[in-house]
Amino acid sequence: MQVQSMHFKARSGEKLADKRLQQNLKKLSTKFVTGRATAITELDDFEGTRDAAAERRMRAIENLDVWLATFEKEATRRGATVLYAETAEDASRLVVEIAQKHQVKKVIKSKSMVSEEMALNTALEAAGIIPIETDLGEYILQINDNEAPSHIIAPVVHKDKEEIADLFAKVHNKPRLTDIAALTREAREILRPHFLSADMGVTGGNFVIAESGSVAVVTNEGNEGMCTIVPPKVHVVVTGIEKVLPTLSDLATIMRLLPRSATGQSISNYFSLLTGPRASDEKDGPEHMYFVLVDAGRTSLVGTEFEEMLRCIRCGACMNHCPVYQKIGGHSYGWVYPGPMGSVLTPSYIGVENAMDLPQASTLCGECHVVCPVKIQLPDLLRKLREKQFEGKMRPGFEYIAFAIWAFMAKRPTLYRLATQMASRVLKVMGGSRRLISTLPFASGWTDNRDMPAPAGKTFRELYRDRNPS
Amino acid sequence: MRVGLFVTCLVDVMRPEIGFSTIKLLEAAGCEVVVPAQQTCCGQPGYSAGNRQAARELAIKFLDEFEGFDYVVIPSGSCGGMVKTHYGDVLSGESALLHRLEKLQAKVFELTDFLHTVVKLDHLPAASEGSTKGSITYHDSCCGLRELGVQKQPRALLAMRDGVELTEMAEARACCGFGGTFAVKYGDISTAIVDDKCANIHDSGADTVVLGDLGCMLNIEGRLRRNGDHKTRVLHVAQVLSGDA
Repeated sequence: MQVQSMHFKARSGEKLADKRLQQNLKKLSTKFVTGRATAITELDDFEGTRDAAAERRMRAIENLDVWLATFEKEATRRGATVLYAETAEDASRLVVEIAQKHQVKKVIKSKSMVSEEMALNTALEAAGIIPIETDLGEYILQINDNEAPSHIIAPVVHKDKEEIADLFAKVHNKPRLTDIAALTREAREILRPHFLSADMGVTGGNFVIAESGSVAVVTNEGNEGMCTIVPPKVHVVVTGIEKVLPTLSDLATIMRLLPRSATGQSISNYFSLLTGPRASDEKDGPEHMYFVLVDAGRTSLVGTEFEEMLRCIRCGACMNHCPVYQKIGGHSYGWVYPGPMGSVLTPSYIGVENAMDLPQASTLCGECHVVCPVKIQLPDLLRKLREKQFEGKMRPGFEYIAFAIWAFMAKRPTLYRLATQMASRVLKVMGGSRRLISTLPFASGWTDNRDMPAPAGKTFRELYRDRNPS
Repeated sequence: MRVGLFVTCLVDVMRPEIGFSTIKLLEAAGCEVVVPAQQTCCGQPGYSAGNRQAARELAIKFLDEFEGFDYVVIPSGSCGGMVKTHYGDVLSGESALLHRLEKLQAKVFELTDFLHTVVKLDHLPAASEGSTKGSITYHDSCCGLRELGVQKQPRALLAMRDGVELTEMAEARACCGFGGTFAVKYGDISTAIVDDKCANIHDSGADTVVLGDLGCMLNIEGRLRRNGDHKTRVLHVAQVLSGDA
C-alpha cells in the first residue's frame, strides 16, 4: 500500500473539519470502549491473563525461527505448502503465482490487513484475476472505489448507515434501503454467487499454530468459512511471520483476550481452526492449502528495543481508546495501521523519516498501554521513535535551538531564576487586565484556539524568598 | 519529617500560589518543608521530545538536590511520573546512579498520594473566606492516573472539605489533549480533544473543575476562556484542599 503518512497534518485537519466523520467516530467510545470495559469483567483474573498472554507471545517472538520451522514442518506434514515472502511485493507475487498455477479467475477474500500491506487486490487485478472482498466492511470499501480501511477490525467505522445506503443504491443499482439488516441481506445476495463461483479463497490468519500446523481465524460474519470450506479448491492464508504461537494452549489464553479487547465480545461469532487441505476421509475443505508468511520489515524489529511490538495481536483497543484517533480517524495516519500501534509500526516498517508526524502526534496519555491485552509499552515506543528522530537530526532546526536554550538554562539555576522571573513579568504584561494571553509568538498552535492564562508577575521562588528571608 | 518540595517549573512561573497551598498542606500534616533553591525542571519536556541527553543531566541534578530528604513531594502527577517511572530509563546502564535513584524513587510522592497514603492526613486547614463551595468535578491527569495510580487519593481528601461536593463528569479519566508540545504542534487536534473535556465539565453541572497538573489546567482553562466561559473555575487540588481558593 502506498505511504501517505507525510500528509498527516493536512489530512488530520480535513478530518477534524468533517462534521459527519466526527459524529461517526463517536461510535468508538460508545460502542468499543464501553463494550470492552464490560467484557473484561467476565474474567476472574484479567491482569494475570494479560501477563500470561504477553509472556506467551514473547516466548514465540524470542524464538521465532524455531517456531516457524516447527510450524512449517507440521503444516507440510498435513499437506499444506508454506511459503515465505521477504517483502510485501514478494508476497503478492507468490499469491498471484499460486492463482495462476491453479488457473484461478476469481478470488474471494476474507479480511486481512497483511493483504493491505501487500496491495494484494491491485496485484491480482493486474494479473487479470478478480478479487472480491467478502467481509461486509471490506466489501463496502471495495465497491467505493477501493477506499482504504480506517480501522484494523472495523474498516468502515468512519462511515454511517446513510452513506452506505447511498453507496449501495448507486453501485448495486437498486432502490435505496436504510435498514441495516436489509442492507446486509442485499450484500449477501450479491456476494453469494461469487462465493459459489470463485476458484480460490484468501484469508488472513489471526495466528498460526506451530504444534499443529493450523491457522486460527476470528470473524463475526462467517464469510471466512465461505472462503475456505464451501467451494474454492484453493485456500491461501496470508499473514505476518510474527503471528506464530507455539501451542493450542497459547491460543486458548490469547483468545480470552482478543474478542473482549477488540469488540467487547466474550467470543466472536465465528472462530475457525483450519488444519491442512481436505484429507481423503474428510467431507469438506480446499484441495490445496498454502501459507504465505510475510516478513515485510518484521525481522528488522527482532532483537531491537521495538521487538515487543511484534507481540501485538491486532485487537484495535489502542486506537479505540486513543484520544487522537478518536478525533481524526484512521485515514490520517496514511498507511495500513492507524492509531498508537500504527504510529509505532508504520515508522518501523517504512522508515521513521517517512512518517515524521506519527510518533509526535500523541499526547502520550498512556491509555493505549493500559488497555493493550499484551501490555505493549506503546507510549515508551513512541518516545523511542522520537529519540530516533531527534538524535538523527530529523526534527526542524528551531526545535534543536529551543531545546538547547531550555537545557542550558535548566542546568544553571541562577540564570534560570532570572529567565523565569523575566518570563513571569512579560507574560503578566501580555495578559493585560483580563489576565489572559490571546497570542503567543512561536506558539500559535496554542493561541489560535485557546487563551493562555497569564501568571501574576512573580515566580514562586521569588515570592518564597520574600516570605522566608534567610 | 523533612520533606523536600519540588515545586515544578510550571507552578514556579505560571501559578506560584499552588506552591504555597502545597506548603500549607504539608505543614498541616506536620512536615518540615524545605524548598531547595537550585531546583529548576525535572527534564520531562526534553525526555518526551526525544532529547535524552538533556533529560539525563536534569535527572542527575534532581538526584543531587533531593536524595537527602525523608520524602520528596511534587504537586504534579506529570513531574512525579517522570521521576518515579522514567528516570530509570533515562539513567539506564549507569549502575551507581541507578542505585541512588532506586533509594530516591521510594521517597518521591505526588502531593495527594503523599497526603492520603503516607501521612494519612485526617483534617484539612481551615478554609479562607470566599474559598470554593458547592459542586466541583475532578479531572484525572494522565500521568498521575496511569503512571502513579492517583485516583482515589484526591477524591478522598476532597471529601473532607466542608461545603464542597464532588460530582463526577463523564470520562473523567480521558486525556484533556495537552500532551506538552503536542498542544502546540498539533493545536487543532489538541483543541478538538479539550472541547470534549470542556463539554463533560459543563455537563457535570459543576462550578469548579479541580485537577492535579498545570498542563491540563492551562489547557482546560485556556479553552474555556477562549470560548467565553469566564465563570467555571479551574483550580489545582492543593488550592481547594488548603482552603486557599
